[in-house]
Amino acid sequence: MTHYFHLPQLSLRFIPVWRRNYLVWRKLAIPSMLGNLADPMLYMLGLGFGLGSLLPDVAGVPYITFLAAGTIAYSTMNSATFEVLYSGFSRMHVQKTWDAIMNTPMTLDDVMLGELTWAASKSLLSGIAILLIIWVMGLQASFWMTLWIIPVVILIGFCFSGMGLVMNAISPSYDFFLYYFTLVITPMVLLCGVFFPVSQLPAWLQTVSSILPLTHAIDLVRPLMLGVTPNQAWLHVLVLLAYGAVGFYLALGLTRRRLLS
Amino acid sequence: MPVLSATNLRKSYGELKVVAGVDISIEKGECFGLLGPNGAGKTTTLRLLLGLIEPDAGEIEMLGEPVPKQARRARLRVGVVPQMDNLDPDFTVHENFMTYGRYFGLRDAEIAARIPALLDFAGLTNRADAKIQALSGGMKRRLTLARALVNDPDLIFLDEPTTGLDPQARHLMWQGLRRLLSQGKTIILTTHFMEEAERLCDRLTILDRGHVIATGSPRALIAQHIEPSVMELYGEQVAGWGQQFGDQLCERHEVVGETLFCYSRDGEALTENLKTRPHLRYLHRPANLEDVFLKLTGRDLRD
Repeated sequence: MTHYFHLPQLSLRFIPVWRRNYLVWRKLAIPSMLGNLADPMLYMLGLGFGLGSLLPDVAGVPYITFLAAGTIAYSTMNSATFEVLYSGFSRMHVQKTWDAIMNTPMTLDDVMLGELTWAASKSLLSGIAILLIIWVMGLQASFWMTLWIIPVVILIGFCFSGMGLVMNAISPSYDFFLYYFTLVITPMVLLCGVFFPVSQLPAWLQTVSSILPLTHAIDLVRPLMLGVTPNQAWLHVLVLLAYGAVGFYLALGLTRRRLLS
Repeated sequence: MPVLSATNLRKSYGELKVVAGVDISIEKGECFGLLGPNGAGKTTTLRLLLGLIEPDAGEIEMLGEPVPKQARRARLRVGVVPQMDNLDPDFTVHENFMTYGRYFGLRDAEIAARIPALLDFAGLTNRADAKIQALSGGMKRRLTLARALVNDPDLIFLDEPTTGLDPQARHLMWQGLRRLLSQGKTIILTTHFMEEAERLCDRLTILDRGHVIATGSPRALIAQHIEPSVMELYGEQVAGWGQQFGDQLCERHEVVGETLFCYSRDGEALTENLKTRPHLRYLHRPANLEDVFLKLTGRDLRD
């Protein structure tokens, strides 16, 4: 049992795996982008203008500006999560692509690092697409400050890809992922400050919120949108890194047990 | 020195000993068969040999490298055709080769240069840009074999290479494998088709419940275990015929359902007897590997 959980052996050999996923994505890039972006964009524009027109300033800014920061984080999270859950599961379990790769000089560690970096890359595109809309609409306080959002988006993608891979490792079928969405992703969307400030929640829910990774993601993105330096930035960075790294480590061990036993 | 050798290989899952002390030694240029009923441990043995799973005990050496320790290095010179096709369905034939070649660290130009010969080998020369879904089962299988050759391997693993293929496709596959053997490549394959093993394999091992129960060339195994002539008699009356003549005309006989198998050295007296009984349907044939297989592993279903 324990020997499945030795440390990951990371190397640049993951690149062909990343590239394989990229080449498949390139064939379906336009529908894939639309599918990925339409949802968060409609939420941001619909709620931002519709609900926003009924609301006073939220946290000192128009509601759509407030919401835009949350949308970047949650859209990145969703994109990374969908990629490692549904697409990753197809490759691992349905198409047996991972088996094919492991018959070559590649190892499972290479494959999963390829999946992790690929999902993070794909979610980076989602984050940047929202950022582009923000720039076009001029919602940011300082353009230069929002450039910092790009590395933050990479970190968010890493965090949720690592976490999602754990689900992939233990899932018997696609249906299983619904639990993850119902019990983990949806609560985060509602409790972590995407739509309203966490401070509006009762104290005990604020405590729950403070341990969830999306809260830390938004605590980094929103100040940058508003043109200020995030408070305790390193803490938030560390939390996101920790969720991603522990997730990836666990996922690798569980997947080794699943595929290599 | 053998290309691939395993000694006293063991792997258990809980109480179940899936591989229980297997020895295998394969020489360069040989086609080696791994036979056995379902659950005999064939696929687990292949996975152990490839270094994908860790054995509980035993030594493996593949192409001069210790496995699983240096399995990655060994696999650089190995090609694998899995039981289930796992081609990339989103890619064309050409893209499948390119992508797979990159996993071996080959440069794109190198892979591209090899593709025409691989397409020719697979009989898919005009299908380089075809989608995988557009290929027939036989084409997919040949493509999977050609894909396994992208790194010009010395040793090729095939797990049930012709399961599910029609006779034409199967014969094409066999031709391909013979071409590889004539190029000096070494092949290890598993199969459920005794006819396939008999035609292709220089030597083979029969596994049952994780143990090696026989090893040798198909011909030697047949000579060792089965009388040269086999008469199969069909119909309701065979049991009665067996009681009357079985011991007298056969060296060994067995009744399975409504078929009687009569094994003998010389079928002549038997043929004379059967000529006088036109109501008995029968088939006279030489002993084959399937007789050996069924004698050694029994006729019970293994599901």
